Amino acid sequence: MVPHADPRVVQRGGSKINFREPVITKDSRFLICASGEYIKVFSTSTEECIHHLEGHTDRVTGLVLNPSNHLQVYSCSEDGTVRLWDFTDGILIRVLTTSNRPVVGLKSEPMLVSLTLPPSVNRNMKVSELSVLIGKVSPDPKCIAIGREGDYIASVKDNVLNVYFLKKKESYRFSLNNVGVKKARNVFNCVACHPKEDCIATGHGDGRIRLWRNFNRKKEYIYSTVHWHHSGVFALCFTPEGTNLLSGGLESVLVQWRYDQEGQRDFLPRLGSAITDITVSPDGSLFCTSHTDNKITVIQNGSMVSAIIQGLVHEDSVKTALMVDPRTKALVLNGKPGHLQFYSLQQDKQLYNLDIVQQEFINQSNLDQFEVVKAALDSCGDWLATVEQRNAKELEINLKLWAFNQQAQSFVLNTTIAAPHDDGITEICFSPSGQTTTTLVTVSLDRHFKVWQLTQPDPADDEEPSWSCDFVGAYHSLVPKCCCFSADGSLLAVSFQEVVTVWSPASWDLLTTLSQPPGVIQNLCFGRLKCAKYLLGSNDQNLLCCWNLLTCSLEWSTSLDVSLLLADPLSENVAAFCGTTKSTDLFVFVPSEPRPLFSQRALCSGQVTRAVFSAREDPLDSCQESSRWLNHSQLYFLTHNMDLLTFLTKTEEERLIASSKQQTIDDSVAMTPFYLLLGKHRKQQQEDQDILSSQSGERTLLPQGSVAIKELLHTPAHVLPAVSMLCSMFVSSLLLSASHSREEMQPPEEEMESEKEEDDSEEEEEKKETEAGHFISSSASRAGGPVLTKTQQTELRRVKKLDYNWICEIKDSTP
Amino acid sequence: MGEFKVHRVRFFDYMPSGIRAMAFNGATERLAVGRADGTVEIFNLADNFFQEKVIPGQDGRTVESLCWASGRLFSTGLSGELVEYDLENLRSKYTVEVYGGPVWTVSSNRQGTHLAVGCEDGTVKIFELLEDSVQFEKNLDRLKNRILSLSWHPSGAQIAAGTLDMIRVFDVNSGRATQRMVVDRAVGTSKKKEVVVWAVVFLSDNTIISGDSAGKVQVWDGQMGTLIRTHLVTKWDVLALSLSQDESSLLAGTSEGNVVQFKFMPTNMDRPDDKEWVRTMTLKSHTHDVRALVHTDTVAVSGGVDTQLVVRPFMDKVIRGRREYHGKITFPHRSLVSCAKKAGILLFQFPERLELWRLGESKGDGRPGETLTVKRKPEALVHLKRKGDDHICCSALSPCGGWLAYASVSSVRLFQLQHADDSIAITKVKLPKVLRWANQLCFSADSSRLFASFSQSSVLVFDLGSSEAKYVHTLVPKSVSRQAVHLMSASDDGKWLATANSDCEVHVYNLSKLEYHCTVPVYNSCPSAMAIHPTGSNLVMVHADHQIFEYSLEQKEYTEWSRTLQREGLHSSWLNRATPVTHVSFSGRNPDHMILHDVNMFCIIDKSLEQTRIKHSHAFKICELFKNLLCVGLLEDHSLVAVERPLLDITTRLPAPVRQKKFAT
Repeated sequence: MVPHADPRVVQRGGSKINFREPVITKDSRFLICASGEYIKVFSTSTEECIHHLEGHTDRVTGLVLNPSNHLQVYSCSEDGTVRLWDFTDGILIRVLTTSNRPVVGLKSEPMLVSLTLPPSVNRNMKVSELSVLIGKVSPDPKCIAIGREGDYIASVKDNVLNVYFLKKKESYRFSLNNVGVKKARNVFNCVACHPKEDCIATGHGDGRIRLWRNFNRKKEYIYSTVHWHHSGVFALCFTPEGTNLLSGGLESVLVQWRYDQEGQRDFLPRLGSAITDITVSPDGSLFCTSHTDNKITVIQNGSMVSAIIQGLVHEDSVKTALMVDPRTKALVLNGKPGHLQFYSLQQDKQLYNLDIVQQEFINQSNLDQFEVVKAALDSCGDWLATVEQRNAKELEINLKLWAFNQQAQSFVLNTTIAAPHDDGITEICFSPSGQTTTTLVTVSLDRHFKVWQLTQPDPADDEEPSWSCDFVGAYHSLVPKCCCFSADGSLLAVSFQEVVTVWSPASWDLLTTLSQPPGVIQNLCFGRLKCAKYLLGSNDQNLLCCWNLLTCSLEWSTSLDVSLLLADPLSENVAAFCGTTKSTDLFVFVPSEPRPLFSQRALCSGQVTRAVFSAREDPLDSCQESSRWLNHSQLYFLTHNMDLLTFLTKTEEERLIASSKQQTIDDSVAMTPFYLLLGKHRKQQQEDQDILSSQSGERTLLPQGSVAIKELLHTPAHVLPAVSMLCSMFVSSLLLSASHSREEMQPPEEEMESEKEEDDSEEEEEKKETEAGHFISSSASRAGGPVLTKTQQTELRRVKKLDYNWICEIKDSTP
Repeated sequence: MGEFKVHRVRFFDYMPSGIRAMAFNGATERLAVGRADGTVEIFNLADNFFQEKVIPGQDGRTVESLCWASGRLFSTGLSGELVEYDLENLRSKYTVEVYGGPVWTVSSNRQGTHLAVGCEDGTVKIFELLEDSVQFEKNLDRLKNRILSLSWHPSGAQIAAGTLDMIRVFDVNSGRATQRMVVDRAVGTSKKKEVVVWAVVFLSDNTIISGDSAGKVQVWDGQMGTLIRTHLVTKWDVLALSLSQDESSLLAGTSEGNVVQFKFMPTNMDRPDDKEWVRTMTLKSHTHDVRALVHTDTVAVSGGVDTQLVVRPFMDKVIRGRREYHGKITFPHRSLVSCAKKAGILLFQFPERLELWRLGESKGDGRPGETLTVKRKPEALVHLKRKGDDHICCSALSPCGGWLAYASVSSVRLFQLQHADDSIAITKVKLPKVLRWANQLCFSADSSRLFASFSQSSVLVFDLGSSEAKYVHTLVPKSVSRQAVHLMSASDDGKWLATANSDCEVHVYNLSKLEYHCTVPVYNSCPSAMAIHPTGSNLVMVHADHQIFEYSLEQKEYTEWSRTLQREGLHSSWLNRATPVTHVSFSGRNPDHMILHDVNMFCIIDKSLEQTRIKHSHAFKICELFKNLLCVGLLEDHSLVAVERPLLDITTRLPAPVRQKKFAT
């Protein structure tokens, strides 16, 4: 371990998988998508992530299959490199470094064409050869498409369609009316080229799709218009044969237009959220749609959703706090509109969605709908409280309490309280467990805070326990902002502008008030464990204060622009995110100590308003000072552009590398029909070898021989030459390798071997491996005494015939 | 530029009739438009779509189909007759009974030797064109259902006929049906409902394209009788098809009022001979059925139930620098309103009646822009129903309001009006037998004479006595033109009479000597309005291409102002106006002021302004306050009469359009 290695800020789990359109492999088995700095390979049938290709140091911006080898994929990244991967094994094959400019998109044809943001470049394999094809292209790869047989490139930007013919080196420019109202309506969103005919489809802001033809002329170009989408078309794709055109947009409906019969169309509705990308597998059987809620839907035969790969839903803003479900250790936050999502960061997949609002979401702009604004989980995960609100004409607020149902393994609605407060709720928190009764505190802008308690109904009634209001608190009709329970639940602190009031939950008496004017309290948190006597608060005058509750006096205060204050439940540590809208700094400290444990300047750009400590399953034992605070729990935080970031310590990194190596070894043999076939052979082979080696101690494996078999088996049966031809080749391949090993092993036998027919013995070994039992005896005898008797030779001949049959069998069973 | 008290007249209840059929003659660039009431209008495409001729309709005659054959115009209708029109005298030349029930369609072969008509009883009849008549030649194989559409193969050897549920191809020589192509019925509707093939087009490569009531445009192989492609264009009917001359582009008109264009083009740049019909653009120019379509080389002309003729240029055919006509033609290019200057009486002309209205009076004078309260409401004085079946083709009201005349193709009638306080007496005045019909009627400024234009541009002059009209003279121009007069203007001093005919000739007669005076040099665009200046003996002519000329009748030459105008050139925004100027008059106050108007504006031209500024349209004071103007007249008391016909009033009287699903309703 390198000393003084600070933990690194990384994006782990929950990254976007819908940033670029995914790639479906030629056999439709895998789906490759860019996800932050990584490339993920998913199985299209099981939705599992099979490989995690790591190597890029910045965001991956494009993927394309290697046209000359469909088992390889090119990727490009903002770090300026283009990398070639073998995705079945997860191996990096080659790195191409371009100039400093970030490569933004990648499209492939016979040559590799890459396009960068200010100019567009066309690049052969050599890095130095860059030429500008079309200047000023849109940074979105959806706005660039390569036409039939790579003859031309179509690129759209604003209200202009550019077609560049690669052979003639001519470009044509077609612009739509961009005056007045039509300017916004005519804007190009995406482009697709027909694979067989000269037709370019473009999607527009007003939901129209235009089909351009005859675009190799300046004036006589024509286009026809089809219109179904009511708002912009974001994705367009032709099927490989060009018979259908697929389009998608905000309506979350996949529309299939029959090419040349544009009046006829098929719909696949209710895909969940707006479609941003559409990909079709090379055989046309699978469609993949990427959605705005970080989801990839796999659609089979154009009509059936067969798999959904769901990432962490990144909405525009997270209204609820980040929480960790104590039961599943999943991250809980806003998901789809009106839902809470439970996302497992360890497995990097969504566990489930909880429908809070339980109303149909209507996909229309300027429509006020209920949204989940606050949520809180109690410390054992038995209760979930949610607040939903709608800003229609009047503010509508519902407080819902959900009980965990053991049978359903999910939360079930227990109590709905309509209009719990007269104004918006700013904070909601449960009292810590250990108390006799669980209480919930809600703090609202209506100058009150309310305490809710679970009341047991009369035993006579057959009702479930439900929640009701227990206490309404106020202080000098000031507006409360924050509330916080102490770790043991014996104190409740509620901030009323500059004043912090401390209440006793047992009697709901006001115990004391603390204040440090001027400045409205923005954050409040109690210390934990040894520091339980401290109460921390930050105000809008850039002051962080620490009160000692035993003395009811200010212990210390410092000038710090705190945007978020967070206490680690498993240690005394408190994390403070400081900073303005430009960048955020992080300080981790213990309230009783003057020096911070850890500080990092310029953590990320923008303000951090949501963060959470999540307990580790197996604590680290790092003794490094800078990373010791991460031993028991992990810190996750959301940046303003909704990236979920965390800290990665060196120990953890090493652990990860080790585990990934383990994984690749495990994955080296995929479970395929071939594997079942070959695996048996291999097992037998191995057993045979074991027997062999046990019998003749010096004999080893014939690795080359097994490769030959592998090659034979991996080649499709219909392209194989005749068996009679194949056999000699096959056998000779064995001969070379075996003779080598033989030389090393048994030099004195060589003359004898050469005396005989060249390949007999070699073949024999192969046969031995395949056929069981009695062959071993022959070879064993041979191994014991190399001189062959007549009978043995005839037996060898017979074996030769058998060998052919075996290959035939394999050949028949392969298709 | 002067202030006017304006009578804003909106009680002219003019209702144009829906367009049923169109035919385009590429050689002469004339477009014939047939309307539901039997009127046939002829537009000159080369001359800014000027409405050159109007052949009035007749009760009981409809125009279902029009066709040009070697410069002759034929029409058929539900009366079961084939009509040939006399384009010089603007009347039907003769009618031939077809004996097949209502005739839905007529089509001529490209050679112009034969006509084919499709009848209700399922027969296709072939007529041969003779020198001045047509002769029945033969019947083709009879079908069970009515023939709704016909199209000749360009070679003239085959005819494709669209009927119910199928298309048949006939061999013209043998008269046998050679192919039978069954058209699918509409999906979703009742299977029993027959599909109507509204239009067929036969291409020279033996392709047949059909449009039917199921909303399909289908491409067929005419030799094998097989379907090649189906384009579903609409949920309703495809009513009309029109093919371009080079057979590379096709228009289809639908019941929703859309016009869809198809192009015959290669789908792959590497194989330029492998062509297909591809749907391209959709023009949404109508609110109702598109019943007739014409595809010229540069423009698409469509007309339908909503009575408008819509002209849209093809953008890819537009040559830079050359202006293509683009717009809608709703109103006729000639005046249907006569205004008695001295009496304040308006005469409105309808096909079947005349209406005489007295203008209202207002209280006092107001500030500019103010609306005055009406003291006396406008009042309908006379409703005059015509006699006979023929529609009224022209009418006139004398400036004093004492005389009224109208003409149809079969009669001319003259009435004397006697005003007494609030009542009005109308008495018919006998006209001499010489005048059987007239193209144009005009009264002299002092209401003492009636001028009626007759065949071959001649003008008959009558003296109006108290109880009878006396034939005086026939004015004959010195020209060979046989075309009818469409404009006639008498000078205020009673000295001159000018006539203009559709050969663009303007003849001037001296009325005091009753003889031919001169002919204005012929300009290549038809005059759309003209008037003689009350004092200067100058004739002002405005042509269909918006050029303005002033011709001095005394000197027999163009005036200095006119020459300067031609030298300087007119402003392009003036020349690019879509509608022709339909009326010229002169201000009584300022002799230098000319008042011109078209459908969308009226304009005052001040001749006294500096010539150089004309170019920048400074001398042209354009007022676009009034929309859809049918007439702007200047009364004796310098108040202006603006007769408007709001388009909304016309659309509300149209039948309901087909129901269309509008998004989010």
